[in-house]
Order: sequence, then C-alpha cells, then structure tokens
Amino acid sequence: MTSQILPARANPPAAAPLRRFFSEYGHECVVALAILVLLVGVGLYNPRFISARNLGSIFSGNAYVAIAAIGMTILIVMRQIDLSVGALIGVLATISGSIAVSGAPIWLAWLAPVLCGMAINAVSGLLVAYAGIPAIVVTLGMMAVLQGGLISVTGGAWISNLPADFLLAKMAVFGLPMPLVWAIVLTIAAGLWLRLTPYGRSFYLIGGNAEAARAVGLPVRRRIVMAFVIHGAFAGLATLMFATQLQVIQSTTPPNLELLVITASVIGGVSILGGTGTVFGSSLAAVLFAAIGSALIFVNVSAYWQRAFIGALILLTVGADMLRRRRAASAGGK
Amino acid sequence: MLKRHGHEAVLAVLVVGALFILSLQSDRFLTLDNLLNQSRLMAEVALVALPMTFVIISGGIDLSVGSTMGLCAILVGVLWQSAGLPLPAAIALSLLAGLACGLFNGLLIIRFGMPPLIATLGTLALYRGLAEGISQARSVRGYPEWFARLGQGDSWGLPSQVWLVLLMLAICGIVLGLTRWGRTIYAIGSSETAARFAGLPVDATKYAIYAATGLASAMAAIVFVSRVSTTRSDMGTGLELDAITAVVLGGTSIFGGRGTILGTALGLILVQTLENGLSLAGVKGDGTVVLIGLVLIVTLLVGALMDRRLRA
Repeated sequence: MTSQILPARANPPAAAPLRRFFSEYGHECVVALAILVLLVGVGLYNPRFISARNLGSIFSGNAYVAIAAIGMTILIVMRQIDLSVGALIGVLATISGSIAVSGAPIWLAWLAPVLCGMAINAVSGLLVAYAGIPAIVVTLGMMAVLQGGLISVTGGAWISNLPADFLLAKMAVFGLPMPLVWAIVLTIAAGLWLRLTPYGRSFYLIGGNAEAARAVGLPVRRRIVMAFVIHGAFAGLATLMFATQLQVIQSTTPPNLELLVITASVIGGVSILGGTGTVFGSSLAAVLFAAIGSALIFVNVSAYWQRAFIGALILLTVGADMLRRRRAASAGGK
Repeated sequence: MLKRHGHEAVLAVLVVGALFILSLQSDRFLTLDNLLNQSRLMAEVALVALPMTFVIISGGIDLSVGSTMGLCAILVGVLWQSAGLPLPAAIALSLLAGLACGLFNGLLIIRFGMPPLIATLGTLALYRGLAEGISQARSVRGYPEWFARLGQGDSWGLPSQVWLVLLMLAICGIVLGLTRWGRTIYAIGSSETAARFAGLPVDATKYAIYAATGLASAMAAIVFVSRVSTTRSDMGTGLELDAITAVVLGGTSIFGGRGTILGTALGLILVQTLENGLSLAGVKGDGTVVLIGLVLIVTLLVGALMDRRLRA
C-alpha cells in the first residue's frame, strides 16, 4: 500500500503517454474544457466576448486571484486553510501604497507586501503547528485582527496620487499584460517545484499522511509553518497585481475574496481532504471564474446571477469529483 | 467540576471581568436599557449560533447560514410585495425555504459525501447568488405595523425576539445535554464510524441538525427584517463567521465531539459585551473587531495549553 503515502500522482501506471497524461491531469483537463466550451459558446453568441481586448482585460484583471490561489493550494494540500487571505491582501495593499506615496524607492513598495505577507502568515503558521490550534480558527481570528486593524489604522481613507511608475499591473512584457505574465510564470514555476523537487513533494506526503511523513523523518511542524509562509509570499505577489491596477487603493478589503481564492483551489481539483491537487488546476479555475463573470454580461444575463452560477458550478465540480473518486475506489477494490 | 467545565469557567470569569472593567469606562454601559438593547442586537447571531453548536460538535461546519438568511429575507419581501401573498404566508414559506436550504446542505454532505466545509462553501455562493438574482438589488420596505413588534417591540418586559432566543436556548440545551439525540451528536463527532457500528441513527441525526440550522437562519432572517423594516439581498453577510466565532469561543472543538450550549451562550455574551462596552468606552468599531479576533486566538491558546498541562 505504498500508493497511500506517496503523492497521488507521483507513481502513475505505465500506459500510453496520452492516457497517462489524462489519468494524471484529468481534473485539470475538465476545467480547461469548461473554459473552452464557455469561450466558444459565448463567442458564437456574441463575438465581442472573445475579442483580444476583452479577454486580455478579464484575465489580467483577475490574475491576482490565480496567484493567491497558488499559495492556498499548497496550504489545502497540507490539510490547512486560510480564511484571512482576503483581509491580508487588503492590509498588504495599503502597506504597499503607503510606502509608494511616502516617496521611498518604488522597489521597496513592491518588496514590502511580500515580506509582510510572509511575516504575518508565519504567526498563523506557528500558532497552528506549535500551539495546535486548528487553522480554520486561527485564521478566522487573524481575519478579524487584520480587517479591524486596517480600518482603525487608515480610518477608511483611500490612498490616491500613486506615482505612475508604481503601477506594475499596467505595464506589459512583450505586449502581454504584466499580471497575465506573472500568473502564468508563477503557476508553472510553483507547479514544477511542487512536482519535481523533494521539498515540494514533501507537502503532498504530509497532506496525504502526516503520520507516515513523521515516520520517514520529515519535520512536519516546520513544513506546516513553511506552507503558511509560502502562502503569505504568494498573497504578497497577488497584492502587487491587485493594488497596482488602479490609481487608488481602497482601505476596505475585497468582500469574500478569501472564499473566491479557496473556491478556485477546490474547483481546480485540490481535495480538501489533503494530499492531492495541483496549482495548474487552481489557476485554470480562476480563469474560469473570470470568464463566467464576463460571459454572463455578454449573453445579457443580469450580473446579479453570477454568484448563483459559481455556487452551482462548485457543487457540480465537487459532486463529479466525489463520484469519480468513489468509482476509482470501487474499481481499485476489485 | 473545573476539569469538566474548565473552559466555561474561564469564559464566565472573562465575561464578569469584561462587565466590570467596561462599566468603569462608561456609566451608560451597565444600565438596564442598554443591556436589553444589546440582547436585542445579539438575537440573530444567537439564533444561528445555538444550532451551529450541534453542527460543529458533530464534526461538521455550516458556512452557508449567512446566505440562507439573505435568501430567506428576500423571499419574505418578494413573496409578500411582488407575489401579493399575505405576510404570514410569506413568513411561513420563507421558514420552509430555510428548512429546505438546510436539508439540501445535509443532502450534499450525507448523500453525496462532500466535506461539510466545501459543500457549504458552495451553497454559501449559491444561496447568496439566488438572493441577489431574485432581488436584482432592489430592497423591499413598508412592512405593516404589527410585524415590527417582533423585531422592535417588547413583550412581557423583554425585547420580543429575546424570548425566541431563550426558547431556542432551552430547547438546544435540553436536547444536547439530556437526550439520546444529544448524546448521538457527541458520538458522531467523536467517531462517526464507531457511532454507525453502534447502530446509532447517524444519517437521520445529521439531516436533523443541518435542517435545524437552516430553519434557525430563516428565523434570524425574519427577526432581522422585522428589526430593520427593510429587506436587502446582502443581509446576513459574514453572519457565519460571527456564529462560528461564538461557538468556538465557547469551547466547542472544531474537530467535533466536545462542546456545550452553555459555552456558546457565554461566547455570545462575551462577544456582544466587548463590542458594545468598547464602543461606549470610545473605541471605534474596528478596534473592537481586532480585540475579538485576539480574544478568540488567546482563549484557544490558553485552552490548548491547559489541556496539555492536564494531560501531562
């Protein structure tokens, strides 16, 4: 039964390469297919939907969700969760913006959110790993602290007059919008790191079976703290793509952002039971959300129905995943 | 005694301490008027937090309560004003809808085997989305006079909705502490497999507690609509986190198997006392939120350390 303690995708059966790819990345393919169907379907109805300009704006405007979902995916693979990520991004945006308008060098305004994100999440990680308080409770408390702290420090004032060279998300690389490039590069880098390095794979081992991980000598508690810190770094990077889109930074945090990020991870195939899931899936799911939100407008459905669609989509995806898993389990039992 | 109810004792001391310190900060705090008004304001969270205690003791969680509340509030308004039903009928249908929302959560969790966190995360989006879609961001106003009595008036010397909370408190306390159903809930939370092998009605009990939570959310919605005389689709946003905070602060283990109604009641009182007392003492609302977050973390930290000491 070694397959129980190894990452679920580390040891695929020998098969034709294409079949092997589908059996390993079946879930990601389903999400990608859903995106494709949506793009073609809505594009036939209203060609303006698939214009390069519209697609570019919806994907780069939502790239920060995909980036934040990378860190969340690592956490959920480890059977942890972070409810405070929305509030954290709000706090980091304000920190970054305050530094930018204070006249300090711009690189400092870009670096600070990443470092602060790592430091704040290190506190959550330590409380979870060493004090033994469940992550859902620690991060619930952290959410209150960050949200309340942000408003009481800023007094609700917005930051405006941001220097033009601060607006990272407005820049382009080889003609592609910066947020899109970052989301793609970070997803691929994180995906390869998790899949190919022993360190990255240890997260799957711990999430799949913490006892076994401890038995083979992995420092489980240190890795849990590390997962929180890495997640904090991605929250900082997401903040950069979020806060530098507009001329102003609001002191309120985007409502329900944490749920959007968690949902992207889950729809992307990260099992909440730990041990499986990839960042490719979570990024694709973030793309899918962005596309759905925009598509509803292009087919003349009121945007107020958007959340109902996303909710139904979550339940369908998870339901299909449960069925697939049950079928796989009964097939394996024979 | 202290070993069994250590957490409740700590909480009770915290509540008394908070009452004492806060009454020194403002002479408007410890007055009958203020305390009655506070009990009115905490009614909606209390109605939801009490059955939520059952859900969390059973090892589950329900994130969809705030959205259920929003959907039920919208249904009252739309059925009454747009569909032209009499208000009592609209209220009854809205309560039924809350029950249905809870049962649907149960269906996803029990029949389809989804983890409760994920299933109710999905229904959180779904129910809120339905509320937004049905209402199209229009609010409903102009409720009749008699309806306001539930949320704004007094009955027998207390705010009307407080009687509803006390009734819910009594029912939940008795069911959890003194009946077979209550013990079944603890058994499910400790080990669902063992409970199943012991022949306990695991599935029926779980359906019942999710349905009860849905129904309670609908009741909270009606109390809320009556209190503010308006219906909007964003009602109850964040209610799930307030309710869970009160339950967990009350000593219920998020892993299940442990917790009491008394603890949840104390948790609710502590949160409301801090919010009100601090705002009267001149702390802005957001500073209060920070403190509640800190109290939550520190209480659990102390609890975890005490547990370790007791075991060692």
